[in-house]
Parts: sequence; C-alpha cells; structure tokens
Amino acid sequence: MTEKRAEPQTRHAAMEQKQPLVRIVRRPVMPLGQAWAIRGIAFLAALLAGALLIGLLGHNPFLVYADMVVGALGTRTSLIETVKLTLPLLAAALSVALSFRMRFWNIGAEGQILAGGIAASYFALFCYDMMPGWLLLIIMFLAAAVAGALWGALPAVFKAKWNTNETLFTLMLNYVALGLVKYLEAGPWKKPGGYPKIDMFEDVARLPKLFGVHIGWLITIALVILVAVYLRRSKHGYEAAVVGESPDTARYAGMNVGRVLVRTMLFAGAIAGIAGFMQVSGADYTLHEGTAGGVGFTAITVAWLAQLNPWGMVVVAAFLALLDKGANRIHTTFGVPATASDVLTGLILFFMLGCEFFINYRLVFRKGAKGRG
Amino acid sequence: MDNFVNLFNAAVLAGAPLLFGTIGEILTEKSGNLNLGVEGLMFMGAIGGLSGVYFTEMFAGSLSSSLLVLLIAILSAFLCGCFGSLIYAFLTVTLRANQNVTGLTLTIFGTGIANFLGDVFSTSSAGNYMVISNSAKLAFGNQPILPFLARLGEDSMFWNYVNRLFFSYNFLVYLGILFAVLMALFLNRTRVGLNLRAVGESPATADAAGIAVNRYKYLATVIGGGICGIGGMYISMVTAQGVWIYNCVGGRGWIAVALVIFATWGPARAILGGIIFGGLTILRMYVPMGIPIEIYDLMPYVATILVLIFTSIRQSKEHAMPKHCGLNYFREER
Repeated sequence: MTEKRAEPQTRHAAMEQKQPLVRIVRRPVMPLGQAWAIRGIAFLAALLAGALLIGLLGHNPFLVYADMVVGALGTRTSLIETVKLTLPLLAAALSVALSFRMRFWNIGAEGQILAGGIAASYFALFCYDMMPGWLLLIIMFLAAAVAGALWGALPAVFKAKWNTNETLFTLMLNYVALGLVKYLEAGPWKKPGGYPKIDMFEDVARLPKLFGVHIGWLITIALVILVAVYLRRSKHGYEAAVVGESPDTARYAGMNVGRVLVRTMLFAGAIAGIAGFMQVSGADYTLHEGTAGGVGFTAITVAWLAQLNPWGMVVVAAFLALLDKGANRIHTTFGVPATASDVLTGLILFFMLGCEFFINYRLVFRKGAKGRG
Repeated sequence: MDNFVNLFNAAVLAGAPLLFGTIGEILTEKSGNLNLGVEGLMFMGAIGGLSGVYFTEMFAGSLSSSLLVLLIAILSAFLCGCFGSLIYAFLTVTLRANQNVTGLTLTIFGTGIANFLGDVFSTSSAGNYMVISNSAKLAFGNQPILPFLARLGEDSMFWNYVNRLFFSYNFLVYLGILFAVLMALFLNRTRVGLNLRAVGESPATADAAGIAVNRYKYLATVIGGGICGIGGMYISMVTAQGVWIYNCVGGRGWIAVALVIFATWGPARAILGGIIFGGLTILRMYVPMGIPIEIYDLMPYVATILVLIFTSIRQSKEHAMPKHCGLNYFREER
C-alpha cells in the first residue's frame, strides 16, 4: 500500500490480502453418505494411479484388472484359495486393531503369528500319537494362543513400566521369531534329508475342511464377532479406547494404564497366535519361513483402512486377498510381477490416508467463503 | 591383529548403509516427523541408484569415469528418496494423516515398487539380470584413498594398519561420515539447525517466533528421505555389487530407525552405532562361537531390543526424542 490514508473499502481489501490464500477449517461431522463418497473417489483415484503404472508397462490396465478379478474369483479353486488368503489376514487385522485402539503401535503381528505357529507345530510334530485328534487340535489351538499372547505382551510390559518404544520392540521380535523358525528348520526339527525343512504334519494334526476350506474360517468368524463385541460393548474395550485417546484422561479416571496395555496386548497376541495355528494346521500343514509371509504387515493396512471396525475388516481383508491372488494370475498372463499387489496396496492406502483430510476439514479460499470437499 | 582389521573393515562396510539411514532419519525426526518408512525409502534409493546408472549406460554406453558413475548413482538415489519422503510429508504435514500409519505404508509401497521395478527391469534385460558394467562397478570398489599412505604402509607396520583401518574403503563410506559430521554441526551450530530443532521440540513456540514450521518440516523430511535413499543405493551398488537382488534391503531400514534411538538423536554418535551394528550383522563370519548361524543372525535384533530397553530405563532428559516427534502440528488447533 502506497497511500497512507486509504478508503475504508481498500483498507478492508488490504486486510483480506493479509489472509492466507487457503484456510483450513474443521468440519462439523460430515454426513456419512458424503464421507463414503469421498472415500470411494479416493479409492478410484488409487486404482487410476495403478492403471497408469500398468499402462506405462505397455499393458491395457482394464484387461489386467479384469484378469485379476477373474484370477481371484473365477473358479471354485481360485475362490477357495482367495478365502484361504483372507483368513490369516483378517485374524491378524483383528489382533492389530485391538492394539491400535490403544494407539499402541504394534507392528509385531508377524512375529506373534510365528510364535503361535511354533507352539502349535511342537505338539503337531511330537505329540500327535499321544491323544485323539480333536484333543490334539484343541491343545495346538491353546498353545498357539498362549505363545502369541506372551510374544505380544512382552513389549507391552516394557511399555507399561518404562515407556519403551513399542513400534521397534514389536518389529524386532518379528525378526527374532523368524530366526527361531529358521533355526528349528535347519536344526532340531529338521526333516531327515537334504533341504532344511520341517516335516509335514500327520493327518490328525490337520484342521478338517468344511465347504472346501479348512474350518479356520469358522474360528475367524467367531473372532470377528468376539472382537466386535469386545471393542464396542465391553468395559475392557472402552478402557482401551480411552487409553488410546488420552492416557492422562484414563489415569485421571482411575484406570491402570499399564494393566490395560498388557491385558489388551495379551488378547491381541493370542489372536495373532491363533492365526499362526490356522496357517500351520489348516493351510500349509507344516511350519516354514513363509508361515506369516508378510501377513502381519498387510494386516496393519487392513485394520487402518477399515478404521478398526471388525466388519469393515472382513471386506478389506477379502479385497486385499483378491489383489494378492489376482497379482499371481496377472504374473502368469501378462508377466506383470506379483509384487504389483504391494504397490497397489500402498497406493490405495496413500489415497485413503489422504482423503480423510477432506472428510475432517474443508478449505476456505480467500475471496468469498467457498468451501470445497 | 589381522583378524581384527578384517572384522573392523567388514563392520564399517556393513555399517555404512545403516549410517545413511540413521542420519537421514535423525534429520527427519528433528523436525518432529517420525518417519517409519525408512525401509521403503532405502528400497526406493536402492532401485533408483541402480536404475540411474543402468539406464545411463544403456543409452550412453558404458561409463568410464568413476566420478560420473558415483554422481549419477548418488543423485538418482537421493531424488528417489526425496520423492518417497515427499509423499510422506504431503500426507502428514499438509493432509495431517497419522504419522505411524503413513510411514508403514511408505515401507509397504517402497518395498513393493522397488521389487516390482527391479523385476520388470531384470526380465526386460538381456540375461534376466539387471547389472551394471564392470567399469561402473569399479566406482564402488574399496581402495586405498591415500596412495602415499599405502606406500608408507609397505615399510611400516603401524602405517600399514592405519591405512587399512581408516583409509581403505569405498567413497560412499567417507561420504556417510562427512554427512554425519556436517549434520552434527548443522544441528548444533547453525541458526537454521537450531530453528529446526525448535520445530521438533515445540512447533507452536517456533511458529510464534516466526519460524515457518511447515517449510522446515517439509525440507527436513524430504532431504532426510533423500539421505536414506543413498543408504539404499549403497546396498544395491556396494553390498550387492551393482546387481538387483530381490528384497536386497532386507530390514536394514528398520535397524536404522532403531539406531536413531541408540545414537540418542546425535548424528556423530550414529557413526559409532553404524559400526557396532554393522559389526553385529557380520560377526559370525569372523568370530565363531559355536552357536547355530540362525541364532547368531539374531544378534543385531536382540541388541536393538536391549538398546531400546536400556535407553528407556535411563530416560536422559538431554538426549531424548524431540518432544513433538510423532505428532502433527495444526496451527488452527493449538
């Protein structure tokens, strides 16, 4: 402004100039329909970004996407395979959701799955001839749950006592569990003969099938209901949520934050351990390095995409399993690497994380108060 | 003594990529951004650095100048790391997404895209093998950097050891140490560095003092990510010797995140941490202890856990995590 004394209008305009071009204002709660529309758009945008990448490789993205769907759902066999991929992912996501509810950044589902797998395998390999099949399976189930629970609660104990960083602790325990599996494979549990491998389980130690899929699916559905009730309807679940929102509030309200942390992580670890039991006893019939196979990490994505809602996780887990199975298919048809599913998962999550901003805030531009979603 | 020299050399070589990752993450965390995507960033740098040299050679013939090869590799890895961390910065700073989940997603994405592109480039190359020329590989070889010292070492035991212990690595090792020293000076001795630390400790105070909080967060995160990318390039170029290997980073990025805690957010201490943890990853080849290999391989991870526990018990006020690290800053909601 060069003039010293400006007219009121121009002074007003100058003040407007001082305002930033865009301001960010928190929205009052957005209608549910509108929020889902935004998420839908973000999802499509992610698929579009993926399509761009596929197009750059010289393939027709629509054909590739269609082939993925056909590959994952087209035949009875492929459908069963997709369901089998969904189960551990869903179970692990339930486990992750429990800890994330407390903002306990547990990225150790992978290790807890393996811990459960190791415990279950011990009984499957060495006690299979001591008891009837049903009892063996129950013992394997319980052993896996206990092992997973202990593996998961260990970092929580340290977090509760000394506020030890849980993200890295749980992560490092993944590598420790994986190392133990490798050790068992190469040494004590090694099957006689060349490669370091553990023997296949006897029939008694294998989960029976129902409708073509091992009955782990029944267990998983039960877990979904249990976790949904636990998070929404139980005192424990409520306490976990309060601890997540604000540990100080929880303390003020008389909750023992440390106890809530350890207790919830015991449950979370147990569920991941059960996922491990289902993998060794239902899917692979043995324990190996790939028993968890990245499921524990993808589960984090599942839990977050579904906003920690167990029913939402069913959908998201099924979808990511579809991506995974479909990626194997497009690898054979188009020669697109199977890691494409990781890239797509990452893209979708980036867009979903970003779109939450537009649900929670609106942008106000300088001229006039035009809002934009 | 020879045994020790060999062990020390191997530890330094294995520790260098960790060092890059650690100082990159220190810079990022000083701005208050806890980027858990280091693993993904290193993957992106690994494929980026390799591709940079690979494609330059494809279009311009094999490169004879080592300096040029190094520059291309460093620059392309740095830019790939910057790109990855720019996604992170945009999501967390501008769009206010949760830092933990965004970082984890960056790891999933970076790991995926690097293995994806590595696979695509490998299958489309001559021998199903994405590899750079032998002359380009020389740029990443270990060699005595002070020729006069090497000559001195021919006659004197002492200078021989000095030469082999400290002056016989590839260029990137020295670059990493230089970065660490410069970063320490930057954070403790310059106004901009102190401003950056203020942003990480208390963004509201920094904002009130007229520091452009978001600009600092963006720049620190993006440059930090670029440095992590160089660490990834070290793995594909030096450790893997210029060939794309599936999953080559293999968890080193995560160890780098832990090393930040070990170094208590001090870049100079990260050098020591890099050597110690690098040493732990290769110790079994030099010091047999009669325990199974698989258990031996767990040492860096178990050591990390112990470091986490001890640093959390000690709770030093001076060398603590930046107070606002992991939390987003909303000016409107302070």
